[in-house]
Amino acid sequence: MIYMDHSATSPVDPEVFKVMKPYFVDEFGNASTLYSLGRDARKAMENARGQVASLIGAKTEEIIFTGGGTESDNIAIKGTAYRLKDKGNHIITSAIEHPAVDETCKYLEKIGFEVTYLPVYEEGIVRVSDLEDAITDKTIMITIMHANNEIGTIQPIAEIGKIAREKGIYFHTDAVQTVGKIPVNVEELNVDMLSLSAHKVYGPKGIGALYIKKGIRLEPLIHGGGHEKGIRPGTENVSGIVGLGKACELAQKNLIENAKYITNLRDKLINGVLDSIEQSYLNGHRTKRLPNNVNFRFTGIEGESLVLHLDSKGIAASTGSACSSKKLEPSHVLTALGLEQVDAHGSLRLTLGKENTEEDIDHAIESIKEVVETLRKLSPLWCATPGAERGE
Amino acid sequence: MYSDKVMEHFQNPRNVGEIEDADGVGTVGNPTCGDLMTIYIKVKDNIIEDIKFKTFGCGAAIATSSMVTEMAMGKTLDEAMEITRNDVAENLEGLPPVKMHCSNLAADALHAAIDNYREKKGEKVEGTHICSTCG
Ligand SMILES: Cc1ncc(COP(=O)(O)O)c(C=O)c1O
Repeated sequence: MIYMDHSATSPVDPEVFKVMKPYFVDEFGNASTLYSLGRDARKAMENARGQVASLIGAKTEEIIFTGGGTESDNIAIKGTAYRLKDKGNHIITSAIEHPAVDETCKYLEKIGFEVTYLPVYEEGIVRVSDLEDAITDKTIMITIMHANNEIGTIQPIAEIGKIAREKGIYFHTDAVQTVGKIPVNVEELNVDMLSLSAHKVYGPKGIGALYIKKGIRLEPLIHGGGHEKGIRPGTENVSGIVGLGKACELAQKNLIENAKYITNLRDKLINGVLDSIEQSYLNGHRTKRLPNNVNFRFTGIEGESLVLHLDSKGIAASTGSACSSKKLEPSHVLTALGLEQVDAHGSLRLTLGKENTEEDIDHAIESIKEVVETLRKLSPLWCATPGAERGE
Repeated sequence: MYSDKVMEHFQNPRNVGEIEDADGVGTVGNPTCGDLMTIYIKVKDNIIEDIKFKTFGCGAAIATSSMVTEMAMGKTLDEAMEITRNDVAENLEGLPPVKMHCSNLAADALHAAIDNYREKKGEKVEGTHICSTCG
C-alpha cells in the first residue's frame, strides 16, 4: 500500500517506538512519586518537554502535555473564554478550522459567546484586513489555525499575532498540521497559545501539547491532582510523552531537508495530475500550502468513489465529500472556498510523508488518471471539453 | 464498511451507459447532495428488454444502480415496479445505515423510467417518485 493520508495520521517512527517501549513494563513509575523509579520517569518527561519546546522555540516551562490536538484546542479556547468572560464575550476564528476548534466555538456560542468566522476566499486564506474590521472592544480571543488540514493553506499567523498583541487580545493557533512540517517559532509567530499533536509527526496517538506563553492564565477544564500546572491534571502518560519528545527531536533534525524533499513530490503530483486530466483543479492556494498537501477536484466525480477505487489500486487517500462523512454535508472547508456543493463532493486529498517516493507519485498520477476516466464514463454529469481529447 | 457484494458491484458495475433510443428515462437525486442517477429502459411486450444507467455518487449509489439494473432486466414492467429500495439493499447484502436513505435511490430511478415510458404511451401514472432531498 502507498500511504498518502499523513494529515489523518502517520506511522510511528521506529526510533520513537524504541524510546517509548521501556516505559510500559520496566520503567512504569508514576512521575509524581519520590523513589527513583518515579524520579526517572519525571526526568524522561522533562527531557521530552525540552524536546517539544526546542522544536517550536518555546521555554520548557511553557509546554503542557495533553491528550492530543483536540484536547489542546479545547483547553486553550474554553480556558480563555471562561477566564476572560467578564472582560468580553467575542471570539474571532476562521471559517475553515478543524472541528476541534470549530465545534468548540459553536459550543461557546450556545452558552452566550459571540463568534466571528472570518472568510477565506477562493485561495483559502484569511485576510488581515477582515480581522482588523472584526475586532471590537468585546473581543477576548482570536483562534486561527496555522495550516488547514484539508487544503493545506498556511495562514498569516505572525501578522495576526502582531495585531492581537497590540490590542491585548489572547491569540491561539492550532498548529497540529504545521509543527514538524514547516518551521514553527512561537516568538516569531506572536502567539500566546499553540496546539500540537504527536501522531501527525510520526509520534503516537492520544498525546499532544499546548504551548502557553508565560503570563497567560487559563481556567482549567479538568480538575484533579494538580499535574501539568493544574491545567491538565491526571497521572502522566509517560511513554506517550517520551514518544512525543522523540518525534519532535527527529522532526527538528530533518525539518528543512524533509520539507524540501516532500515539496518536490507535492509539486510533481500537482503538475502531473493537472497536466494530464482535463477539468481537474487544485483546491487552495498553489504555493502558500503545506509541503505535503495536495487537494484536487474533478468535474463530474464524487470523492468517496474516487477514494474507494484508489484503495483497490493500493493508494490510501481521503476526501471532503459528504458521502464519506457522517454528516452528509460536504466539507465546510471546501464550501468556504466558494465551491458549489457538487464540486465540493468531488475532492480528493493526498497528504504525503517522508517515506513516499518519486515512484509512488508516478503510480498515484497514473492511478488517479485511470480512476477518473472510469468514473467519468459512469457519470451523468460529465461532458468532456470539446477538443480536449485531441489536445487542442 | 461496505459488504463484499457492494464492493463487487462498485468495482464491476453492470449495464453502464445510455440507451440512445430509450423508451423510458428516469432521473432521481440531486448532485448537491452528492448522488444523481439516470436509468434508461428499452421495453418490448411489456418486458424490460434492455436497461442501462449512469450515476454520479458514492460507492453505494453506484452499486445500487448496478444491482437494480440486474434485478430489472427481463422483468415485466409490473414486476419491476415491485422492486423496492430494501430489495436492492438486501441483494447487496446490506448497506451502511447512513447510506440507506441517501444513496439508495436506484429503485426510484427505475420506477421513474417506467413511469416515463407509461406516460409517453398515454397511460396514467401515480407520479410518486419526486426527487429526494439531502440527508
Ligand atoms: C488541524 C487539526 N487540529 C486538530 C486535530 C486533532 O488532533 P488529535 O487527533 O490529536 O486530537 C487535527 C487532526 O485530526 C488537525 O488536523
